[in-house]
Amino acid sequence: MKKQVSYSREYLKGLWEINPTFKQILGMCPTLAVTVSAINGIAMALATTFVLIFSSIIISMVRKLIPNQVRIAAYIVIVATFVTIVDLVMKAAFPVLSKALGPFIPLIVVNCIILGRAEAFASKNTIFRSFLDALGNGTGFLISLLVLGSIRELLGSGTVLGYAVLPESYDPMIIMILPAGAFLTLGLLMGLANFYTARKERISIEALRQKYMIETEDKQLIEAGA
Amino acid sequence: MNKAVHILLTLMVTGIIAGGVLALVNIWAEPRIAANQKRETEEAIYLVQKNGKSYEEIKTVKGELFKVFDGQKNPVGYSFVYEGNGFQGKIRLMIGIEPGLDKVTSIEILEQTETPGLGTKVTEHPYKDQYNGLTIGTGIEWVKGKKPVKPNEIQAITGATISSKSVTAIVNEGTALLRKMKSEGRL
Repeated sequence: MKKQVSYSREYLKGLWEINPTFKQILGMCPTLAVTVSAINGIAMALATTFVLIFSSIIISMVRKLIPNQVRIAAYIVIVATFVTIVDLVMKAAFPVLSKALGPFIPLIVVNCIILGRAEAFASKNTIFRSFLDALGNGTGFLISLLVLGSIRELLGSGTVLGYAVLPESYDPMIIMILPAGAFLTLGLLMGLANFYTARKERISIEALRQKYMIETEDKQLIEAGA
Repeated sequence: MNKAVHILLTLMVTGIIAGGVLALVNIWAEPRIAANQKRETEEAIYLVQKNGKSYEEIKTVKGELFKVFDGQKNPVGYSFVYEGNGFQGKIRLMIGIEPGLDKVTSIEILEQTETPGLGTKVTEHPYKDQYNGLTIGTGIEWVKGKKPVKPNEIQAITGATISSKSVTAIVNEGTALLRKMKSEGRL
């Protein structure tokens, strides 16, 4: 039996270790499209998280009943059902929000994060673990969209969450709210994330090597002394 | 159990459950969505006709045309839904127009898919407000980078000229259609 990680780890890993945007590089389409402003990013991430959590729970529940050959088809139907529910409920109860997010809600069906987590995690793990995994990945997605949206909104419109931050004299860089700005920001952030991870790895390797060298040195000294 | 039967059964049951759940949600949501849309249209009708108190739909034409009345049942003008091409997709407008069909009272953008942050500025006040009380004459014209001087001119948005032009064109086309209908006595 494989060693189980702790429940808190199951949630926390989604925030950074396997962050959907920066580590799994999934869900790029909505990430690039809706991060024109921070608030759009938040709404998109919340809707995605809702669908992610419920489809993960259901898929984990029926994971033993679904034959391997048709699992993807079954997952898509489950995901699409929840997305349609979200779409209908939002149109009925929150028409303003529904208008703002427009065509992006139905597109959650093909968001790779949801299918990716269903395939990689929920189809192999218990309901509670799948729920934590979905919540963690959703939070990770929210963090990346919020960061991306804030940067683009700040440089592209001079505001953050609709509040003017930069002085009136600041001339907004319109490119930041166009698709090109999305690619630039995402690329730079991803580079930064990789740089940070690589540096951390190098430091830990360096630490291991030092430890080893000290040990061998000790051994040599002992041998020499003897 | 036979593998093929198992596969078929799984997909069938999944489909039936999904369809059933969606039907239930739809029963709850449908009347609310319809009510929201109706309220939205009504709000838009009065938004472009500030003195409007009641309205009636004119059914003799294709599309949505509403004759708007004030408190004393005097006609204050028309609210007219008209759409046309924008920069990336359709733009749907509610156009408020005076009874003589020569002045716009104001306009409201109902639907658009313009570039976020650029073309979407046509939905914001500085641009929209230019249409308040605008004379149409032989057609609304637009200028770029300077203040409008003629009574039938508006200033296009920098960086969103096509979207600005499109809105103007839609208002012009809509008005032309109304004028044609009036000359045919269908209004």
